[in-house]
Amino acid sequence: MATTAIPKPGAITMVEAIRQAMVEEMERDASVVAIGEDIGVYGGAFKVTDGMLAKFGRERVIETPIAETAIIGAACGMSFLGLRPVCEMQFIDFIACCFNQVTNFVAKSHYLWDAPVPIVIRGPSGGGVHGGPFHSANPEMYFVHTPGLKVIYPSTPSDAKGLLKSAIRDNNPVLFFEHKYLYRRLKEEMPEGDYTVPIGKAAIRRQGRDLTIISYAAMAHTAMEAAEELAKEGIDAEVIDLRTLLPLDKETIVASVKKTNKLLIVHEDTRTGGIAGEIAAIVCEEAFEDLDGPIERVTALDTPVPYSPPLEEHFLPNTAKVVAAARKLAKF
Amino acid sequence: MATSAATTTERERGMSETLKREQYLDLYYFMQLNRQLEERMVRLFRQNKIVGGLYSSLGQEAVSVGTCSALEKRDWIAPMIRNIGALLVKGVPPRDIFTQHMAKFTSPTKGKDGTSHFGDLKVRHIVSPISMLGDLIPVMTGVAMAGRYLGQNIVALTWIGDGGSSTGAFHEGLGLAAAQKAPFVLIVENNQWAYSTPVSRQVPVKNLADRAVGYGIASTIVDGNDVVAVYQATKKAVAECRAGRGPHLIEVKTMRMRGHAQHDPAEYVPKEMFEYWKARDPIVLFEKYLTENKIWDEKVKSEIDARIERELDVEQKFAEDSPMPPPEFAEEGVYCENGCHQIEAQWQRSKAEVMPPKSSFDPGWKLEDLGKLGEIPGAKEVAASGGNGAKTGGPEFNGPQKQHSTPNLPAQSFVPAPARAPEAEREPAQSVAAVEAVEPAEPRIPFGRGPKDKAFRESPDNPQNKTYGRGGAPGKSFQKAPPEKVFHKSGPNKSFGKNQPGKNFSKGPQDKSGRR
Repeated sequence: MATTAIPKPGAITMVEAIRQAMVEEMERDASVVAIGEDIGVYGGAFKVTDGMLAKFGRERVIETPIAETAIIGAACGMSFLGLRPVCEMQFIDFIACCFNQVTNFVAKSHYLWDAPVPIVIRGPSGGGVHGGPFHSANPEMYFVHTPGLKVIYPSTPSDAKGLLKSAIRDNNPVLFFEHKYLYRRLKEEMPEGDYTVPIGKAAIRRQGRDLTIISYAAMAHTAMEAAEELAKEGIDAEVIDLRTLLPLDKETIVASVKKTNKLLIVHEDTRTGGIAGEIAAIVCEEAFEDLDGPIERVTALDTPVPYSPPLEEHFLPNTAKVVAAARKLAKF
Repeated sequence: MATSAATTTERERGMSETLKREQYLDLYYFMQLNRQLEERMVRLFRQNKIVGGLYSSLGQEAVSVGTCSALEKRDWIAPMIRNIGALLVKGVPPRDIFTQHMAKFTSPTKGKDGTSHFGDLKVRHIVSPISMLGDLIPVMTGVAMAGRYLGQNIVALTWIGDGGSSTGAFHEGLGLAAAQKAPFVLIVENNQWAYSTPVSRQVPVKNLADRAVGYGIASTIVDGNDVVAVYQATKKAVAECRAGRGPHLIEVKTMRMRGHAQHDPAEYVPKEMFEYWKARDPIVLFEKYLTENKIWDEKVKSEIDARIERELDVEQKFAEDSPMPPPEFAEEGVYCENGCHQIEAQWQRSKAEVMPPKSSFDPGWKLEDLGKLGEIPGAKEVAASGGNGAKTGGPEFNGPQKQHSTPNLPAQSFVPAPARAPEAEREPAQSVAAVEAVEPAEPRIPFGRGPKDKAFRESPDNPQNKTYGRGGAPGKSFQKAPPEKVFHKSGPNKSFGKNQPGKNFSKGPQDKSGRR
């Protein structure tokens, strides 16, 4: 893990890391602007943009009506003149309101008429905080299925900062998912200076020999917890944190499977059409001969995210479910 | 307006700018080029040389050509499918239109998309449309905002049909444009039909421009078959936008003279309606006007027509001789990578103005941002006006709204909308009737029409009989200050680390504040 066990004095949360990335990029490049609902005076629903209005003014911290289509459309139009808007969805669930702008306008412009759309769409996603069915979504796969987009879903503050900087500098539209469960629950010291983390590169969080667990976002931490449990039983799991879902780091995935010969995929997204299916297909295409057992997956149920804590806990994957699946797989 | 001479006089009186002879001839050239190009494409379609659909702007040429001619080179447009004429005015060669429709490798999109779906960011400033209607409105709002931010002093303009004006994107985009006072002109091209559905079955207001009042933006209604009127209305709107007065909506009343696309015989359109509008064909009317006003003669006309034929012969041949794209080209260009584009904003102002410390700003709301406290209407008064705060529409807008009471508000607040300007520049109140009686505010139909048109000219349906007005701005309403929501900082107390005692993450309903 890139994280440290005991937070050092300079350690910051993911919210602060994301804010640092935006502020540093806006200081570096006048073409970077922020646009979204309540991102100014209030500093955003989760305070990610806190203080930015005071620093950069209303021309660069653009507060909009409650109109997600207008946010993405306007950002797209701004990018045609060379700006690099960072759009905030107050909750990523609301990206459904501008699905058309994202998938038909933003994603297709470069392919169809050679118009790059260098925008970032970021917002809080994910469950585990009892936000209910409209404040807990993991809608990443709608966009992973859309050619022309890039999709990032970090699990640590330093990755969030480095990847967001990469996203802002990228010439393509990037969706940047911020797991709200991780916003303030972990702290990490940032690397020195102006660093970026490359888009499309997974991180190996734990080296292991017996099986590979692939995950991302909050579930990367669940996978790590499970790996610690499994280690007590003598099962040595390798844990891969995808960090970027599109483009997918096939090389890291396939190399790990060739090493451990067993694959378990864990995601908080619902099961059908989740990225586990895509990874399983890639591994079957490229490393079928190396597999010593079936590809297993631990995912959320194929239901909306329920509100009541017992229901949501039942819906979500957890360490115990991952450990159980890994034990079963290790027996092959 | 009894004779063409009278209309000319009126026009000159109301005009800020008289067109030069060359401008008149350009308007004709582009309208005729637009029509002849599309007529050739109909023939190509019947020969199966056009791959996909073919949409016609027959009868609407004055809209595309008149509006786009009012723009400057630096300005941005985004065409819809019936705005081929605007593309031509912007300098797109006809071969691009032919090759796009024929899916050739030489087309602007190299065969990846058809029709008017192509753009040009660098030279002509054209944004490509997508087929989902209304989406260009927020996009062009963003173009307008970016232009202002970069100090370019541009205006962004796009079109939407009567049908597309019902979309959510229309509302969201226009709302943002209005809130931002973006230099954005929206041409609402009311061609009477959204595919097979007439306007009356889509929209419960008499004029689509009436909707501008709801956004607090200026609006104009203009006869869409009168290219000079369209040009002048747009010119004025563009000038106001450039002066920083916010968005402007222009409703152009016209008629789609063919079906939705080539496959559609439009049998649902009453024959009389086609006949009525055929007599008002924009090119025929303009030809007559040019002749009657001695702007051209038969010789000039035939020279222009011959030039168009010559040009189109060359352009069509180029397209027909062009190759189709190689199949594997389908794989290219999904991402902007390997340095395929250098993205650089063109700054026309000092970047220091938008950088700290210059950009630093006291972010609190001040009372003046929120409207005057004394202007809040009491609940009783709102109830008395049926909950409908403002009267909209022209003098013909009758119905329940007529019974509006006007409690505690000055009388001019209820001057019908078309006579109202946005807040900052509202003119002294006058009834529409009074304005009409004194002098038409703006140019009338410039063409002398035959007696057949007399009834139309005098009828309230004639858009020219409406005052050339702007939508009224709502009074500054009181807005509540942002609620003092307490944001529960779910303290960054839990560290992420394996060696911490207990679970890494305590689950709790912490990060939910800010839900809406």
